[in-house]
Amino acid sequence: MDRRRIEENIFKGLMIVSTIALCLILVLIVAAITFKGLPSMRLSMITQTPKGGFYLGKEGGILNAILGSIYLAGGATILALFLALPVVLYLNLYARRNGSIVRLVRFCLDVLWGIPSIVYGAFGFTIMLFFGLRASLLGGIITVALLILPIMCRAMDEVFSMVPRGLLEASYAVGATRWETALKVVVRQGLPGMITAVLIAFGRGIGDAASVIFTAGFSDAVPNSLFRPAATLPLAIFFQLGTPFPQVQNRAYASAFILTMIILFISITTRIVSRKYTRHIIK
Amino acid sequence: MEPETHIRVKNLNVYYGKDHVLRDVSINIPDKRVIVIIGPSGCGKTTLLRSFNRLVDTVDGVRVSGEVMVDEENIFDPHVELTHIRKKMGLLSQTPYPLPMSIYDNVAYGPRLHGIKDKKKLNSVVEHYLKIAGLWEEVKDKLHTPATQVSIGQQQRLCLARGLAVEPEIILADEPTSALDPKSSRHIEESFLRLKKDYTIIVVTHILRQARRLADYVIFLYCGELIEHGPARQVFESPREKMTREYIQGVIS
Ligand SMILES: Nc1ncnc2c1ncn2[C@@H]1O[C@H](COP(=O)(O)OP(=O)(O)OP(=O)(O)O)[C@@H](O)[C@H]1O
Ligand SMILES: [Mg+2]
Repeated sequence: MDRRRIEENIFKGLMIVSTIALCLILVLIVAAITFKGLPSMRLSMITQTPKGGFYLGKEGGILNAILGSIYLAGGATILALFLALPVVLYLNLYARRNGSIVRLVRFCLDVLWGIPSIVYGAFGFTIMLFFGLRASLLGGIITVALLILPIMCRAMDEVFSMVPRGLLEASYAVGATRWETALKVVVRQGLPGMITAVLIAFGRGIGDAASVIFTAGFSDAVPNSLFRPAATLPLAIFFQLGTPFPQVQNRAYASAFILTMIILFISITTRIVSRKYTRHIIK
Repeated sequence: MEPETHIRVKNLNVYYGKDHVLRDVSINIPDKRVIVIIGPSGCGKTTLLRSFNRLVDTVDGVRVSGEVMVDEENIFDPHVELTHIRKKMGLLSQTPYPLPMSIYDNVAYGPRLHGIKDKKKLNSVVEHYLKIAGLWEEVKDKLHTPATQVSIGQQQRLCLARGLAVEPEIILADEPTSALDPKSSRHIEESFLRLKKDYTIIVVTHILRQARRLADYVIFLYCGELIEHGPARQVFESPREKMTREYIQGVIS
């Protein structure tokens, strides 16, 4: 065998090994939470709030955290979407392509993306102190929205910058304004990518513990007001794992399983629902 | 006798950054016929065409001086209403770009933007222009399927119908057949010949034979300069300029 063939085979082997490792990690994670969590799964986990002594191994569930997380991540995703869309449309339709403003904004977004979530948590907490607010669902929503905003912007930016210019021009040519073009052509064309962006942001938001620990707080009650503290799944997992009782620790895995299922469920349903709206996309 | 004209170009200069791509072009475009712009690659044909509906504006770093008068209005005047200018001209690009919606919605896109809401009216507009573009028979049973599901040639005719539906006076076409098979190309050429009694049709092409088939009037550009323009017979049979003759004979390209 000549040298080039050997090189080719080594690289092929490397690629296969890495790809398998990647898939294996996913399988292992899912297996771990399933095997450790499923035995502790009870219907009460998702239908009840923690009763007295829940963290010592007594009765109850994590309904408070399930609802808290959904409200919080959902609210934050919607808020972030409303902030991200104008930014991204500006970058791709109004601003000069690759002009200094565009590059500056993209740079800011990249930096913001890299900031650890605990810093967002601390920042949100400072702001809340300044306004005299206590840890609350609203505080959590705002903080998480800030956390996922750069992710959503950059992901959607990527999508919108792929919209062919000829498509925009076709719309301008019949007398459409940029706004009309943005709304009726760009958003439509970018919809599948936008959905992915929103899902990535939602996943990041619902899974983050550090940003909500000070800003949303924790509560054993089902959240019923924007101005009260709300529980979240990552923190519920954290608290349960932190107890010395094995059965409570196993419930943490059950909680992780629930969190994963929520993300899976939301991804799948959004994709199914959006399929209806994406059949017109120009390839 | 000077022919009637809606488009008057006066001392038009276009720069992309430092590149001077159109040099002092002045011409009156005659009405209601097929005007063909020919010239070698990179000589500014597309730029000239896109100056007529100000799509050159979408290029970053572009600078324009001079005037393009459309219906006695200088379209490069900063106060001019862009959507109004663009509505006067249908555009066909090199590759067809159907909008990401159904065939019906593609044609109805322009009319809806300009205020037609009535369903019956829209239906008749869509049918009318699809017929004019010679596409109706082929798509009348699948108006609500995505526009991308028809052939490229049909997409180009759909784009023609979409452009016509806003009732322009002028059709701008930039190498409209270059992505199409011979049969679809012939469809497009035939529609131009049919439409020229009602519209002013400006076509960019680098296919000389196509230019001969279509042109009533020819504009020859070379390196951003307008070398010669005139009735097709005259330009093709007895060009005034040496350069035009050489281009037509294929000596330069
Ligand atoms: N977006 C742009 N930015 C900078 N320069 C450009 C741009 N578009 C075109 N040019 C330059 O302007 C000149 C004229 O281009 P134009 O597209 O008008 O030529 P053309 O005659 O249509 O060529 P072709 O026959 O290849 O389509 C070319 O030299 C080209 O390199
Ligand atoms: Mg061109």
